[in-house]
Amino acid sequence: MPAPPCASCHAARAALRRPRSGQALCGACFCAAFEAEVLHTVLAGRLLPPGAVVAVGASGGKDSTVLAHVLRALAPRLGISLQLVAVDEGIGGYRDAALAAVRRQAARWELPLTVVAYEDLFGGWTMDAVARSTAGSGRSRSCCTFCGVLRRRALEEGARRVGATHIVTGHNADDMAETVLMNFLRGDAGRLARGGGLGSPGEGGALPRCRPLQFASQKEVVLYAHFRRLDYFSEECVYAPEAFRGHARDLLKRLEAARPSAVLDLVHSAERLALAPAARPPRPGACSRCGALASRTLCQACALLDGLNRGRPRLAIGKGRRGLDEEATPGTPGDPVRPPASKAVPTF
Amino acid sequence: MCQVGEDYGEPAPGEPPPVPRPSREQKCVKCKEAQPVVVIRAGDAFCRDCFKAFYVHKFRAMLGKNRLIFPGEKVLLAWSGGPSSSSMVWQVLEGLSQDSAKRLRFVAGVIFVDERTPGVFTVALRSATREKLLPKGKWLTPHSSARKHRPAERGLEGFPVEVALHPALPGSSLSPDSFCLGFSEGAACGQSLEERSKTLAEVKPILQATGFPWHVVALEEVFSLPPSVLWCSAQEPVGSERAYKAAVDSFLQQQHVLGARGGPGPTQGEEQPPQPPLDPRSLARLPAAAQTEALSQLFCSVRTLTAKEELLQTLRTHLILHMARAHGYSKVMTGDSCTRLAIKLMTNLALGRGAFLAWDTGFSDERHGDVVVVRPMRDHTLKEVAFYNRLFSVPSVFTPAVDTKAPEKASIHRLMEAFILRLQTQFPSTVSTVYRTSEKLVKAPRDGPAAGDSSPRCLLCMCALDIDAADSATAFGAQTSSRLSQMQLPIPLTETRTPPGPCCSPGVGRAQGCGQGACRREDPQACIEEQLCYSCRVNMKDLPSLDPLPPYILAEAQLRTQRAWVLQEIRDCLIEDSDNEVGQS
Repeated sequence: MPAPPCASCHAARAALRRPRSGQALCGACFCAAFEAEVLHTVLAGRLLPPGAVVAVGASGGKDSTVLAHVLRALAPRLGISLQLVAVDEGIGGYRDAALAAVRRQAARWELPLTVVAYEDLFGGWTMDAVARSTAGSGRSRSCCTFCGVLRRRALEEGARRVGATHIVTGHNADDMAETVLMNFLRGDAGRLARGGGLGSPGEGGALPRCRPLQFASQKEVVLYAHFRRLDYFSEECVYAPEAFRGHARDLLKRLEAARPSAVLDLVHSAERLALAPAARPPRPGACSRCGALASRTLCQACALLDGLNRGRPRLAIGKGRRGLDEEATPGTPGDPVRPPASKAVPTF
Repeated sequence: MCQVGEDYGEPAPGEPPPVPRPSREQKCVKCKEAQPVVVIRAGDAFCRDCFKAFYVHKFRAMLGKNRLIFPGEKVLLAWSGGPSSSSMVWQVLEGLSQDSAKRLRFVAGVIFVDERTPGVFTVALRSATREKLLPKGKWLTPHSSARKHRPAERGLEGFPVEVALHPALPGSSLSPDSFCLGFSEGAACGQSLEERSKTLAEVKPILQATGFPWHVVALEEVFSLPPSVLWCSAQEPVGSERAYKAAVDSFLQQQHVLGARGGPGPTQGEEQPPQPPLDPRSLARLPAAAQTEALSQLFCSVRTLTAKEELLQTLRTHLILHMARAHGYSKVMTGDSCTRLAIKLMTNLALGRGAFLAWDTGFSDERHGDVVVVRPMRDHTLKEVAFYNRLFSVPSVFTPAVDTKAPEKASIHRLMEAFILRLQTQFPSTVSTVYRTSEKLVKAPRDGPAAGDSSPRCLLCMCALDIDAADSATAFGAQTSSRLSQMQLPIPLTETRTPPGPCCSPGVGRAQGCGQGACRREDPQACIEEQLCYSCRVNMKDLPSLDPLPPYILAEAQLRTQRAWVLQEIRDCLIEDSDNEVGQS
């Protein structure tokens, strides 16, 4: 059966059906529509003002690759300049390959690339070292907890080094939908209250962050990468299979199969959630150690590192947090594992 | 924080590992004397009496702490026949018949909606394997299936059915079915006459046994509802704490006066004389058979099971609301259990109803103004309900729901239900976590103050519209703008710079602009859509045509369009009276 003509240009044969609308388009028209939609999001949401120096968080995966590619195409019109910032988490056999992909992309697009490594930023801790350290503590190793918090910090640091005014990340609609499902399943009212927008405006000295792909579904991102022949790295992190997100992701796939608009419907729900004022997180202060945004005395990155350095990696996670109080009374011999002089944590 | 097993896997140090089964020597955790008969949570074994006290206390505490139901108030119990709503009816029954000062003081009636219309249950006959939902299945009564309690726990969901237009003549209430047999070409698309009458035969004795006034209404009655059902009647001033106390005092005084001669007043209700038809002219205008056909046609035309479930829920709610108003009930109680509410919350989240979660799952739902929906079973888990009903022989009736026997992936509702129940077996705190999170939600919209009475309401679900501007950077805006860009982007953007496509200039509000004009007047489909909230719009996309919708919806939609049109016409003559608006700042 011959493919129907493209519904947009009526000249070429259609090459795909858009997942959301079912519209048959040719590759060129689809890519154009996709770019126009990202542009619309950026303009209507006033995400990136002209003159902004934008740090693109590049992991080498499909989302950040597509984001960088689209923004590069739109940069002249938006009047922004781009910087790629990649984070080396120090995961042997996984990150090296991904970083190689980022380097190839940077060379192909002629964009400046900066790589920041956990090892340099966090006093020698790589994710492999963290995984070894947490291996003995409880049923799961909580790798994603550490990696997520530390990556956020590393990206911020990398963006500052290149003099960026804004950070963009490649989160797509599926990521947002998974997050809202997950936050309900975990009962995380604070995150539900905060989430839903297109990013954070950058309070307390942090750089403004945004997610221009928030309304593009994962499928469309993959389609775009396919038709633009983008070279990206697609392999799951060696520590990821344990993550709770897997449940939410699986559910989302089924929901999307039952109703194609389910992903965006979830994003709409997240935008509209109204939580009681008491559930909203208190106004954040500054971390007493590094000065970053923090809701407690220590920011989560410093707290996690502190736990690692004290040999109690779960100190700042879940129930382990109870142990944090011990530190309020210095000199308590409460922790036998505590080294006499804890390793210095670099300040940023 | 995001990994499986975290915070769940390790028992807190010092606690003994949970005992899977009470040993012979174990005593009830409450009275420490009696032999335990049921283990609700790991390690907590209750004896029969203590379990009953625990269960009853939960129910009364839920009513007591909310203080929403005034003494002497008329309350309509929405009973679907399933376990949760049956349990609720029995709790009320026992609460009203108690002698002590703790007696419940409102006046109850029961409504059952008969939904077993052909077309509504298209999927029901497709055989499919389903997993067991109930605790271990061992408490199921002989003819129950694992799905048995399902319909029960759905709340408003209770099925109202005005079965009995003429209760005295059993045959007459069944006439719709005799027609539908011929209509539906065999049983492929619905319940047979036999099944439908069997259900009613099971339902009626139970209703009679309660002694409450009862109403059985067929879902077909939605075709004779007046458009006024969709009006949000002005809300009476919400009773303050003091008002509640005053009402209780005056009620007690009154009771005291009547004291000597009174039997247990409210509980001695007898079957009411046949309810007058909803609308005196309705029978003459539209015979029941035609209504059944219209209903089947409507449901058969819905393309997805998800939309079918939502539509059914909407129509059922309207019908119960109408019955409540017609008979002077100011509260409607539904039997949603904690488990059901957690599932409903996640389902509605996925349906795009994020703005209304607090309305849809909270204790009280005041969206209709004069009739308030309350959910007194919301602290009871499905498991507790099942055990209670079993231990104390609470009768319930199995009626297939619209998704009974549907495969798991058939609808968002089924998917979410299966997902939550499965996760619950792995992480026993799932339901309570979701439920507790839902209690932190508020009814006021996210930004800005609570919407005033004047703000436009959704035609179907009657919530304040949650529609963003057509070109905004939101999920809604993204969908409208992508529609535009597809239509109007002839020149593909290439990698080099190209002039902006006409679609992407922000703030033009193209879609909005043409929405107000006369063009919309000629397109009823579009003007109905404009009056819907985000989620109802998505649902209505699964209806090829809105024409088969019941007349009251279409009439009200037309009325609202007309009103908006007139307002537009006279706008320039109106003086806007805005008392110290925020516009200054």
